[in-house]
Amino acid sequence: MIAAAPEAGRIQPEPAAGRLPSVLRQAGVRGLVEVKLFFRQREAVVFTFALPIILLLLFGEIFHGQIGHTGVSFRQYFIAGITASGLMSTTFVSLGVSLAADRDDGTLTRLAGTPLSPVGYFAGKAILAFVVALLEIVALLAVGVGVLGLHLPSTSGRWLTLAWVLVLGAATCSLLGLAVSSAVKANTRSAVAVMNLPYLVLSFISGVYFVFSNLPTGLQRVAAIFPLKWICQGMRSVFLPNSFQIQEAAHSWELGRIALVLGAWLVASLLICIRTFRWQGMDRR
Amino acid sequence: MANTIGEPAHAVRVRGLRKQYHGKTAVDGIDLDIERGEVFALLGPNGAGKTTTVEILEGHRRRDDGEVSVLGIDPAGANRAWRARIGIVPQSDWATGELTVREMVAQYSAYFPRPRDPDEVIAAVGMTDQAGKRLRRLSGGQRRRVDVAIGIVGRPELLFLDEPTTGFDPQARRQFWELISELSHDGTTILLTTHYLDEAEALARRVAVLAGGRIAALGTPADLGGAADEATVSWLTPDGTRSVQTTTPTQFVMQLAGSSGEEIPGLSVTRASLEDRYLELIEAADGQEPASGKIGATR
Repeated sequence: MIAAAPEAGRIQPEPAAGRLPSVLRQAGVRGLVEVKLFFRQREAVVFTFALPIILLLLFGEIFHGQIGHTGVSFRQYFIAGITASGLMSTTFVSLGVSLAADRDDGTLTRLAGTPLSPVGYFAGKAILAFVVALLEIVALLAVGVGVLGLHLPSTSGRWLTLAWVLVLGAATCSLLGLAVSSAVKANTRSAVAVMNLPYLVLSFISGVYFVFSNLPTGLQRVAAIFPLKWICQGMRSVFLPNSFQIQEAAHSWELGRIALVLGAWLVASLLICIRTFRWQGMDRR
Repeated sequence: MANTIGEPAHAVRVRGLRKQYHGKTAVDGIDLDIERGEVFALLGPNGAGKTTTVEILEGHRRRDDGEVSVLGIDPAGANRAWRARIGIVPQSDWATGELTVREMVAQYSAYFPRPRDPDEVIAAVGMTDQAGKRLRRLSGGQRRRVDVAIGIVGRPELLFLDEPTTGFDPQARRQFWELISELSHDGTTILLTTHYLDEAEALARRVAVLAGGRIAALGTPADLGGAADEATVSWLTPDGTRSVQTTTPTQFVMQLAGSSGEEIPGLSVTRASLEDRYLELIEAADGQEPASGKIGATR
């Protein structure tokens, strides 16, 4: 039995006039759905949060002592690097893979049939990435302070820097991940490889696990093209004493430049997303 | 009826639609007019071009050639406002689903300007008892109903249903047919693809039989069953079975009996059903279009 017989006026197909829901509202609805879906996949949640924490503990155990005569411990250095790389992992890698998964499991096909704007869809992903990145940083700081005895940012100015580097870094890496995945049109399995390769390479050359200024100059130059190096640098400005600036390649935190580079990547990624994104593989098959 | 083309009375108007995939012709010059409020079925075997045609009408696939107007707009350049006026139930199944039925339908309702109430839509597809269940835990037929709920929650003027009942058990199909009749009764235009003849017969006011990317026949289900006054008389002779087509089978059998004076071995008189007619059309298209290859009748 079709449960309810159509009472008068119940299923009238009056023209769907009226205003379309704003992109902001659509993004909010989609973002909430993304967050729910993420937290309902237990394994993914555990893995996402555990990996950077384990890395932080491992590196904290392996490397003791100070960096040169800077008075900065390796552990304090790693908290900056691993915060940055965790940020990239939860945004760039996760979203790139999730776009491919949406393509594979029929989600995109169904969304394509609605007036959801692609911007609303992307923004929904970015909302998820931001929520996860924020929680991960909180978890990392809790473990860092509680277990490894690290220092939290010391001034309100540094907290402010943490906030804008986090927001700008998460937005940039989110869009970049979506742009790469959208341009490559990988399926879920290949997306895992496609997204992890640049992430891992950048992690090694951007000053996550090694003191950046100790890397070969060539690698430093390559790393400086990409966002992760700048996010790391921003995080160091939050977690390390200002005296450590002397160790930086430019002998400065270069906060303005960080904002500039990340902003440029943000715009470029957005353009790539808009140019390459298709709800489904048109003319595939 | 459909003589003045391009009138607003038409929900869908197609002229000379063509589409190739890597040199293989999928749609080979289709003309269609679907009136507002009509239930129209595209009937045909797998590979006949049904899904390609529908996906072009939905704006999900580009065409190579031809004119297409859906609700007065070319779907190739359609905007979000146009999307808000159509509903789509695609062919593909879900691979995953950690949302509940209610969350899913509510999500989709939020993308439309004047949605139906999600709970009412869930009731209309007979899923009220499962509204709190996650999609992953539903049967294939139940997931399909959720798809239909998503397709109609935006209050569409035109609803596309691509093989909606594949995998349904007979009872679920009956229920689904009732739902479609209700929607149609309330004025929704419905374009349905199917390879089930009984479905086309039960639901559609008009049917187009698609074979080899072309329309092999178009008309009401009764029209297509067509030459129903013609019957086939067949019987056994020493040389094997003989068949004769005639509009006067009774007379023919009497003559046949008169000439031998005995029981006629293996005598049968049959009339063409829609199914016979359909298979004939498909076979004819198959012979005519060897290039388009894989048109295996699925029944």
